[in-house]
Amino acid sequence: MSDYFDRVNNNVVLDVLKEIGNIGAGNAATALAKMINKKVDMTVPKVNIMDFATVPEMLGGEETEVCGIFFKIEGDMDGTIMFVLSSVSAHTLINLLMPGMGTGEFDDFSLSALQEIGNILSGSYISSLSMLTGLNIQISIPSLAVDMAGAILSVPAIQFGLIGDKILIIENDFIEEMGGESVQGYFFLIPDIDSYEIMFKSLGIEI
Amino acid sequence: MRSLIKVGMADLKVTKNPGVLTTLGLGSCIGICLYDPISKVAGMAHIMLPDSTAIRNNANPAKFADTAMVIMLDDMVKNGAVKSRLVGKIAGGAQMFSFSSKNDMMKIGERNAEAVRSLLREFKIPLKADDTGGNFGRTIEFDSDNGALLIKTIGHGIKEL
Repeated sequence: MSDYFDRVNNNVVLDVLKEIGNIGAGNAATALAKMINKKVDMTVPKVNIMDFATVPEMLGGEETEVCGIFFKIEGDMDGTIMFVLSSVSAHTLINLLMPGMGTGEFDDFSLSALQEIGNILSGSYISSLSMLTGLNIQISIPSLAVDMAGAILSVPAIQFGLIGDKILIIENDFIEEMGGESVQGYFFLIPDIDSYEIMFKSLGIEI
Repeated sequence: MRSLIKVGMADLKVTKNPGVLTTLGLGSCIGICLYDPISKVAGMAHIMLPDSTAIRNNANPAKFADTAMVIMLDDMVKNGAVKSRLVGKIAGGAQMFSFSSKNDMMKIGERNAEAVRSLLREFKIPLKADDTGGNFGRTIEFDSDNGALLIKTIGHGIKEL
């Protein structure tokens, strides 16, 4: 298994993951637009396979405060999915949803709104994956944490750590077209080892 | 002059006085800190998983508690530390997300902490301080001058062990 991501790290597989990310994030953007009742644009997602150590830098360093919304994936494939965004992006998002609420402090109300946003975004992501693969996949109720980027990211890093020394990230930029405010969000899709094979097989790819 | 030496995730470093070892944003991982108060040699490992023998992909020894401990001890002795004088301090092992299910992966922080404690017993290294568990991240600084361990958190204060 040591060469797992070397095998995954080829163009066909990356293209497939990018396409899943693209469709999933497209659905997520649509869901977000409906929720805030504004037009939300989305840039083409970036799919990266990175070393553990470099991942927190994307979010501003290990000690930067970020929000992680974490779900278990169950059904024909098992694993987890996490949506991570900087606290700054989280407040922007809360403000888009409920103008005046994203005040720079997290209270119970904004945390629960954030949990629901994560739920809708990850839910649309997973339902796209389900449609593409024909697999029956559900997500659990969300669990949210606001803490240092290093600490939050240790969770997917450890799970990826079981299969390699790299981590797979899909970066999405959501842009609200009227105000031009931009929110960077990162999805970590972490199928269990066996589920990786199931996912690719259902897409007709042998790795 | 204090020089801050950064230990990354799945990484380990050894230093002598006046070096200060640090690792940022520990979550479910554990920072294992070992110190010889006479030679003032200090070591820090940032491990992610308890046991290298349970995983097929175990190329990086610093990722696992068992293999990291062996390499760090060896490196410390090379730098003048004496095994029988070593003391240990550990931090991290949080559960960042809580779920009601019994999924083992969710309890990885706790399992990491247990594995590290039992390794320390095995190597007869007294555990001087243990700040593990909870649901929050920790940044730690380990001072080779006196073996003090500084722990910083977001919203849970700062303390020195």
